[in-house]
Amino acid sequence: MNTIESKIPKGPLAEKWTNYKNHQKLVNPANKRRLDIIVVGTGLAGSSAAASLGEMGFNVLNFCIQDSPRRAHSIAAQGGINAAKNYTNDGDSVYRLFYDTIKGGDYRAREANVYRLAEVSNNIIDQCVAQGVPFAREYGGLLDNRSFGGAQVSRTFYARGQTGQQLLLGAYSALSRAIHKKQVKLYTRYEMVDLVIIDGRARGIIARNLVTGKLERFSAHAVVIATGGYGNTFFLSTNAMTSNGSAAWQCYKRGAYFANPCMAQIHPTCIPVHGEFQSKLTLMSESLRNDGRIWVPKKLEDVQAIREGRLKPTDLKEEDRDYYLERRYPAFGNLVPRDVASRAAKERCDAGYGVGSTGLAVYLDFAEAIGRLGKDVVEARYGNLFQMYEKIVDDNPYETPMMIYPAIHYTMGGIWVDYELMTNIPGLFAIGEANFSDHGANRLGASALMQGLADGYFVLPYTIQNYLADQINVPRFKTDAPEFAQAEKEINDRIDRLMNIRGKHSVDHIHKQLGHVMWDFVGMGRDAEGLKQAIVKLKEIKKDFWTNLLIPGNKETLNVELEKALRLADFIEIGELMAHDALDREESCGGHFRLEHQTPEGEALRHDDQFSYVSCWAYQGEEKAPVMYKEPLEYEFIVRQQRNYKS
Amino acid sequence: MDKDINIKVKVWRQNGPKEKGHFETYPLENISQGSSFLEMLDILNEKLINEGKETVVFDHDCREGICGMCSLYINGHPHGPDEGVTTCQLHMRRFNDGDTITVEPWRSAGFPIIKDLMVDRSAFDKIIQAGGYISVNTGSAIDANAIPIPRDDAEMAMDAAACIGCGACVAACKNGSAMLFVSAKVSQFALLPQGRVEATQRAKSMVAKMDELGFGNCTNTGACEVECPKNISITNIARLNREFLKAKFRD
Repeated sequence: MNTIESKIPKGPLAEKWTNYKNHQKLVNPANKRRLDIIVVGTGLAGSSAAASLGEMGFNVLNFCIQDSPRRAHSIAAQGGINAAKNYTNDGDSVYRLFYDTIKGGDYRAREANVYRLAEVSNNIIDQCVAQGVPFAREYGGLLDNRSFGGAQVSRTFYARGQTGQQLLLGAYSALSRAIHKKQVKLYTRYEMVDLVIIDGRARGIIARNLVTGKLERFSAHAVVIATGGYGNTFFLSTNAMTSNGSAAWQCYKRGAYFANPCMAQIHPTCIPVHGEFQSKLTLMSESLRNDGRIWVPKKLEDVQAIREGRLKPTDLKEEDRDYYLERRYPAFGNLVPRDVASRAAKERCDAGYGVGSTGLAVYLDFAEAIGRLGKDVVEARYGNLFQMYEKIVDDNPYETPMMIYPAIHYTMGGIWVDYELMTNIPGLFAIGEANFSDHGANRLGASALMQGLADGYFVLPYTIQNYLADQINVPRFKTDAPEFAQAEKEINDRIDRLMNIRGKHSVDHIHKQLGHVMWDFVGMGRDAEGLKQAIVKLKEIKKDFWTNLLIPGNKETLNVELEKALRLADFIEIGELMAHDALDREESCGGHFRLEHQTPEGEALRHDDQFSYVSCWAYQGEEKAPVMYKEPLEYEFIVRQQRNYKS
Repeated sequence: MDKDINIKVKVWRQNGPKEKGHFETYPLENISQGSSFLEMLDILNEKLINEGKETVVFDHDCREGICGMCSLYINGHPHGPDEGVTTCQLHMRRFNDGDTITVEPWRSAGFPIIKDLMVDRSAFDKIIQAGGYISVNTGSAIDANAIPIPRDDAEMAMDAAACIGCGACVAACKNGSAMLFVSAKVSQFALLPQGRVEATQRAKSMVAKMDELGFGNCTNTGACEVECPKNISITNIARLNREFLKAKFRD
């Protein structure tokens, strides 16, 4: 049995990171120049890491799936980024940010990692302001904050409803500067298709040039995966169209552990599904819950009247509305964490109180806020979100309440990493959403941007040196090593196999089926029977994929359908692992809700005595069941409690 | 109320940068007006796949109007007939039953066609690399509240920073000028104290790179501002010109 070594430094919680930095190995400037690092991905984590490593003097190769690093899906994050600055003087501190984050994650993250995250959060804000990120400011010229779910302080920095965009453009500008100074070489429209391991260490990647269709080899002393999450397993999600789990999956197949795959976040406030042709779901920022009130009608006859168009929601009297979050969670109200808000919406809709044509929607209402603050203030805060909503739904949210429903948004699970963000494969690192991360079983709002940038700017650039310090005598690798040739042959064979199926179904056709199974059985509420059914159904989908797929065109050219097919092959397998992990975890925690394990009030019921571990899945080969190792989560500094957002 | 409509889509097909392109017209039936423009193209591609034909290639990613990847010239307008939206935010309710919709790629010397509706916009990255940043290394920043910035300045900087780098401004311009794009970045930083230090040099380097990459001159037609999905204002161009002149006087 493998033992999982998380490499958490000894000592008091608040001193661990400082102690680590004081004693880690460093690489001197002359040696940095001789070391190559591949960074795959250019989102917040990838571009901040590539820029920082380049500035430090390493030779960085950075890969981007889109036509420019500025397109990475971090750009779509709306609401904000958390930091423990306590500028609002409401009692915030590094400890409180740590505590809220680990509690929000339902006690399934490492104490030391989360504390470090809270610790560096303040540096991130400083860094971004220095780069020219135009955060919102007060009239006195100082930075403004707002509240987000799961916190009782205002610690979220924001740039209108476009915080992710502005932070990504900040990192992109730093990356562009490093490219200009020849510290980073950028490859756009390239997709990693395999990891190359030589003598047990990550030494390179095979990437497909998406324009020419050619496979190309790249070598390095270390490989950093920053390719985001696998939410698109569900077909419909808030992820971008090219967001995929394949780079992580390739690492898994090459021996990296995949941790907590079942932990996926379902975001409570998305625009509801409207039809079969739908290609993706659009998020409405959590920040809207600062001022918006969520409700459904109290009486079933009103629900019926609204669905049939006989009654307008605005005509419904105050006493006939059920503000169910305020009712159930008086202390946090509409600002409960995402998992809690999503399940509460599902509970009301399952009970028949959902609105909209499908009955799968609840109201997010701004009438009270507009009355209290005036339309101008609401527009200044959320104008771009309201406009986005109106364009999609053709309804004016200033006049009639928005309709929202939960959707897959983020994956807390991912590649297992130790405290140094290194996987169990030496020289392979994973950062940002791609790793299994610091969010435990549920991520709080405005924490993804924080973690992506923490990893990229302030954690990885230190910890990677502790590994590279031992590599200074290793000469640059040639890409004609047999390991590269073998990896390239394998992926080439896989592509040939896909091209030669010549069946009758498009990639999207099969992907939609996968999405339905995932949403119905591995979604917001899971149970053993459903998960077992899902595993059977996923096997059928896999078979259908490998026998009935149709990809037009050729392989050695730009071929979007082939790109999608390669990703879908992996999504199906990721879905299977998610179902296995969800079946194994016989408890409810955060985003993972097992119907069999809930409190009498319907809240998530953890079983700390049995499931206080990170599940680390190890690949055993095609058609073989993966093996699961456990990294025990020991809580030395805080006491785990039933999460309470009621009082 | 959204209904289903029958349309024809007249799409530019071009196999590669050096190949000759042509229009092809495809009829589509029962397209829901509730679907987005790109979902309509998905339906077209699904149909083409089922007929064993190659799909229409177009750039798209976030499908929520922020990544700047989508880049279609629809019925003579970058991002189509709707104002203040990207192609992915355009919905079929803007079109009527029986319409023929013409879809072309961005056409500009600065953006060569890769295939069908997909163009190469790496020139924009090169312009940013020439100076579209504040020179600060990771870890060397001062406290975020050390320099108060007047709220209005920060707001104006944010207005400029909202640019998504899609290239609609270039596609809309009869000269193929990238001035709106360049000026938005120059303005964002020139308005902030931390960006002032390099403001003139930045303007000079970015404009030089823009000229080198084959973008045309600005003749103040204002077409860019009209077609910009993020409503970036041409007052930014005036600000860029000021910075540029300052740099020239110093030379």
